[in-house]
Amino acid sequence: MSTALRVEGLTKRFAGVTANDNVDFDLRPGEIHCLFGENGAGKSTLSSCIFGFYRPDKGQIFVRDKPVHIASPIDAIRHGIGMVHQHFVLVPEFTVLENIIVGTQRSGWRLNAQQARQKLKAICDGYGIDIDLDAYVWELPVGRQQWVEILKALYLDAEILILDEPTAVLTPGESRILFDIIRKMCARGLSIILITHKLVEVMQSDRVTVLRKGKVVATLNTPETSPDELARLMVGREVSFTVTKPDLQPGETVVAVDGLTARGHWGEAVLKDVSFSVARHEILGIAGVAGNGQKELFEVLCGVRKPEAGTIRLKGEDVAGLTPRCLMDRGVGHIPDDRFREGLVPEFSVAENLVLGWQRSPKYCNGPLIDSKAIAELSREMIAEYQIATRDEKVAAGKLSGGNAQKIIIAREFLHASGLMLANQPTRGLDVGVIEYVQAQLLKKRAEGFAIVLASEELSDLFNLADRIAVMFKGEIMGIVDPKTTTISEVGVMMAGRREGVAAPKERTLA
Amino acid sequence: MSQLFQEAIIVSILAATVRIVTPLLFSALGELITQRAGIWNMGVEGTMLTGAFAAYLAATATGSLWLAVLAAVLAGALMGAVIAFMTSLMRVDHFIAGLGLNLLAGGLTLYWFQSYIQGRAQPTFSGFQNVAIPLLSDIPLLGPVLFSQRALTYVALLAVPAVWFLLYRTRYGLELRCLGENPKALDVKGLSVTARQFAAVMLGSAMTGLGGGFLMLGFSDRFLADFTAGRGWIVVVALIAGNWRPRGVLIAVTAFAFLESLATHLQVIGAQVPHQLLLALPYLASIALLMGLRFRTGQPARLGVPYARE
Repeated sequence: MSTALRVEGLTKRFAGVTANDNVDFDLRPGEIHCLFGENGAGKSTLSSCIFGFYRPDKGQIFVRDKPVHIASPIDAIRHGIGMVHQHFVLVPEFTVLENIIVGTQRSGWRLNAQQARQKLKAICDGYGIDIDLDAYVWELPVGRQQWVEILKALYLDAEILILDEPTAVLTPGESRILFDIIRKMCARGLSIILITHKLVEVMQSDRVTVLRKGKVVATLNTPETSPDELARLMVGREVSFTVTKPDLQPGETVVAVDGLTARGHWGEAVLKDVSFSVARHEILGIAGVAGNGQKELFEVLCGVRKPEAGTIRLKGEDVAGLTPRCLMDRGVGHIPDDRFREGLVPEFSVAENLVLGWQRSPKYCNGPLIDSKAIAELSREMIAEYQIATRDEKVAAGKLSGGNAQKIIIAREFLHASGLMLANQPTRGLDVGVIEYVQAQLLKKRAEGFAIVLASEELSDLFNLADRIAVMFKGEIMGIVDPKTTTISEVGVMMAGRREGVAAPKERTLA
Repeated sequence: MSQLFQEAIIVSILAATVRIVTPLLFSALGELITQRAGIWNMGVEGTMLTGAFAAYLAATATGSLWLAVLAAVLAGALMGAVIAFMTSLMRVDHFIAGLGLNLLAGGLTLYWFQSYIQGRAQPTFSGFQNVAIPLLSDIPLLGPVLFSQRALTYVALLAVPAVWFLLYRTRYGLELRCLGENPKALDVKGLSVTARQFAAVMLGSAMTGLGGGFLMLGFSDRFLADFTAGRGWIVVVALIAGNWRPRGVLIAVTAFAFLESLATHLQVIGAQVPHQLLLALPYLASIALLMGLRFRTGQPARLGVPYARE
């Protein structure tokens, strides 16, 4: 059978680490082929080699069964390969049109926008993409920004399109539209490589290649496999996706937020009249597309950002506007979303990071001196208890993997906090195994009596863990729903700005 | 003080403003091109100084002012190549690269100057004279202010719309601005970021060098240590004050030039203000500006960030 693209024996090493080990892969014309695997399994490396961003150390790439040499993206583009990067490569200050044509014109010194405009109109009409070519990219919602990325590839006549984690920043509704467009592209003969680690997306493909630690584990016809089988292949062992969450009776209210309002750096409203409460034995999930005020909410709750109005009653006492130190003393723990910038000092050792923020506590000090013995002892206990994979407690935290770094933060916060835990994206970017672990820890602390505020961009996480889900959009809470009686698509509609109670499609799928 | 408001004085102040703005304008437009390409070149002072010195050498050695202009342009481009090599290719911190270049330029020009004159009396030259444009220069007020200037002043004024056109109406300009906003957008299309940054920085620095050259050829007849006296730093401030737009930069450098012109005239009139304070006016204004300007909406997003594929 002829292939649109074939990769044979591709090997790519980075400073001793083999990111791709003798990888074979083939893409049939008109199919959606998923590259599925954990972080660091080599999905992005493989696609970067195909797109000419990296040079493979070994192996051969064939396009339409002809061997090709791809030394730079310019070669890839010439062979009809396009790529939509996970982090969009757009210039917010440029218009849609400028973003698409920049760097594509090979002759003439004046901008020739007219021709480009006509070609793009034809493409947009063909796919039913409705976009204003003269809008600035910064004006567009994220879902539309992705259309711009796709148009960039189509404008360069891509026949093979690589989509790298395309739904990472989309709402469920936007993802559904994206998959409609993808299917239209396939119908027109384009071949799609879809990189993802989400099972729901894999299940919509024609075939799937599972990568683990740089090697191809299997290539399967998607209809003939199951999510369980794929997860097992990806991780290399059985994985339980059904978290067992015991029913617990919520205890007394730990924190009650009322009418919270806050402004951003430029004076824009980032939180508008936010109200909710969380009780003992309860996890309140915060759903929303990134950048809709979740981060600011956590900043206000942990004291980093001053609220403009509203109250935060912590066990009855109004703590709005108190400093982070005061809140820590009152038992508030915080797991920030950017673990290496806000959660840790990467240059400090594991031990130092485990007491970070508590270095004044008499537990760790002898007068003005640090009690390194006590800290080392505690660190060894924590490393054992939280299964932090590190040689010893003196290793710099920045040298550890994201999962182990996250365990340091979780260990520190749960060690020192009592009562309220603020967890912002605690599982983002982690591997399945670590995600399982973090989720189990959160549920354990819930059972112990913590009130937990948990934000996640993965709706399935929230549905698994949360007792109630508050949906945020543009700094406001659209509604607080019970995951037992609500569907993922209902929450998705609220994430796009519709208030609770508005009719929504009933199917329980993501895309 | 009332003398200030006599017509002759006003014309003189304004005419001097336009003369003084010429070197600042060349250099600021050059730096605008450089910074829009993402390179925060702090070596403007050194580049202007080198341009001025190259112009002096060429003017005294050959006697040709236009060869001296060419020398300043080439010296500027050379300095630009050094900056581009350090920042774009070696990914050195942009500030450190620029500061290093300034130190190098200060030392090297002085050393070269000493070995050039070798203890003899410093050779001098006679610089550019005014070229009155027929008819236009007869317009009252506007004529003597705008149309009775050095030839290069006209070039500098015309360079403002020319640079605007380059940046906003040509494909080179679009690619150049893309370098400053998100160089990866060019990289993923298979275009070399480094090659384009080299071109942009060399072009920009050539203009900056020309600014230094005009400072020499339009205002002086000899070289002195620290000849540029901080004008390069005013250019850097003008970029921020002008919000990285050609028109904004024009307004900013004109304001600085006006203050300098005013200070000189107040001195000549004999106003009862310490002249050190007057001379410090443009510099004080730039400090005040920097403290006041906290919103930099026009700053290229990747200005000063070395580009690397992650």
